[in-house]
Amino acid sequence: MTLPESCDVVVVGAGPAGLAAAIECARHGAATVILDEQTGPGGQIYRGITTTPMQKREILGADYWHGATLVSALQSSKATHVPRASAFAVTRADGGGFEVGVSCDGAAALMGAGHVILATGALERPFPIPGWTLPGVITAGAAQILIKSAGLVPEGPVVLAGTGPLLYLVASQFARVGAAIDCLLDTTPPGRIRDAFPHAAAFLTSPYVAKGFALLRQARTSTRIVRGVERLEAIGVERLASVRYTVGGRATEIPAQALLLHQGVVPNVNLSNAIGCNHRWDDALRCFAPVVDAWGATSVSGITIAGDGAGIAGAQAAEARGTLAGLHALAALGRIDLGERDIRAANAKTRVARWMRGRAFVDALYLPSDAFRLPQGDTVVCRCEEITAQQVIATAKLGCPGPNQMKSFLRCGMGPCQGRLCGLTVTELIARERGVAPGEVGYYRLRFPIKPITLGELASLPQTTASTQAVVRMKAH
Amino acid sequence: MYKRLPDAAAAAPAVLVTIDGLAFAARAGDTVAAALLAAGYDACRTTPVTCAPRGPFCLMGVCFDCLAVIDGRPNQQTCLIPVRAGMRIERQQGAAAFGPAATSAPDSR
Repeated sequence: MTLPESCDVVVVGAGPAGLAAAIECARHGAATVILDEQTGPGGQIYRGITTTPMQKREILGADYWHGATLVSALQSSKATHVPRASAFAVTRADGGGFEVGVSCDGAAALMGAGHVILATGALERPFPIPGWTLPGVITAGAAQILIKSAGLVPEGPVVLAGTGPLLYLVASQFARVGAAIDCLLDTTPPGRIRDAFPHAAAFLTSPYVAKGFALLRQARTSTRIVRGVERLEAIGVERLASVRYTVGGRATEIPAQALLLHQGVVPNVNLSNAIGCNHRWDDALRCFAPVVDAWGATSVSGITIAGDGAGIAGAQAAEARGTLAGLHALAALGRIDLGERDIRAANAKTRVARWMRGRAFVDALYLPSDAFRLPQGDTVVCRCEEITAQQVIATAKLGCPGPNQMKSFLRCGMGPCQGRLCGLTVTELIARERGVAPGEVGYYRLRFPIKPITLGELASLPQTTASTQAVVRMKAH
Repeated sequence: MYKRLPDAAAAAPAVLVTIDGLAFAARAGDTVAAALLAAGYDACRTTPVTCAPRGPFCLMGVCFDCLAVIDGRPNQQTCLIPVRAGMRIERQQGAAAFGPAATSAPDSR
């Protein structure tokens, strides 16, 4: 690993937001390091952009290939891209600035940074249905990643289930590579169009209209679509064998070798939460998001968040928000003055507004129903520790007030994924049992390291005041 | 089971690895998780709690369901690690062994 000892700006994540932020910072002469867990830049939206075997441009589409422009801008910049690197901690350094804990190839190191930009993006919302832990069940995003990075597709029968625009994008990508989706089970609740209606005017004049209708049209011609699905179950011993779904109270079981699940994306808040940035409950999107201003600045001075990690708005907005975060970091470091920041920000602000337009409609239309967010019975909630919905519900009924107490009772959220796949479910189940808002229940209190590292890696780090106080939260300014 | 799309099949050289001791020709550029799926293994481990089979789920480093033993090191996120010639990939049974046994003789667990 070739990490500098310190730099001006560390960017965590090399998706559109992180790439744009790093390019902006490097352009103005700031020593910039961009860390990313993958082998190549691009994040998940542009996954495999430098190496994809799917070289026929029409297959992954112009939106995907835009990522190549962004990556070549990074490559011709002075920013240092460190692949296969996990940022497992960000703490205040003794002499000002921050210390970023980085794990790469089984070795850990600490790197100094004047400013840290988190561009950790989104992850797919938990989709806790019976049988979702069976081999053969993957997320729809995972299926996309397999196509983009390896040219792999599941062999039939393939069932795609859930709600949200990505579901139809995946269906159309499968059609373009000539792979079959045997059945698309749409769980969008019938009444959602009424909830979305107040936002329709903005949507109809947004760039999402044309894209959305094209995807729906393509899915309709290539796949059998079942709408109004109220219940879903993955069935099998040792691996998936079939999918049972209910429409209008009537259950149908169909054979399946692969089940691809998706019900929207939510911000990946593990790093911002562990740092101590303030978060709020977003009731429209039913998730927690960091509290940020228009630049992405958080409640912790010197920590800025760009892209979907600061609230879901999609790849194009993420890129513009990355530019804004970069400009904010440069101004905070004294590299540019506020006047220059504002002049350079004008174009990015216009793009953010353009790509934010219509989101409220899409968000309201595709908000998953309670049945798919609030599981019951022996459906697994915490995949790592194998804690079921009825265990969480029974413990909440005993008076367990929040997710952190739930950890003590059940160990849910304490496995290697650190709540990424169960946190929102646990919060919402407790909130329902207590009859209070999820925001009042709160989320897991996450701690460093946010990704598992070995004791050997931890022991090899130089000990400083900051590292011995690594679990002390930073205070808001 | 997974199949390789025609565009991808011809695009990259093969990388020889072993999966549970059996030789397998992976595609250069694949992650270990993709190689496992391509080789027909949709489960790569059993869980520490109930010994239930699990396989890659998110393929983007967040779910930790794709853990396996790579070159004797347990608990490796296979979706984040590219295949390398001669790599020994082993499916992980239950909780990883702790101590020297975990790195020197994973087969004996």
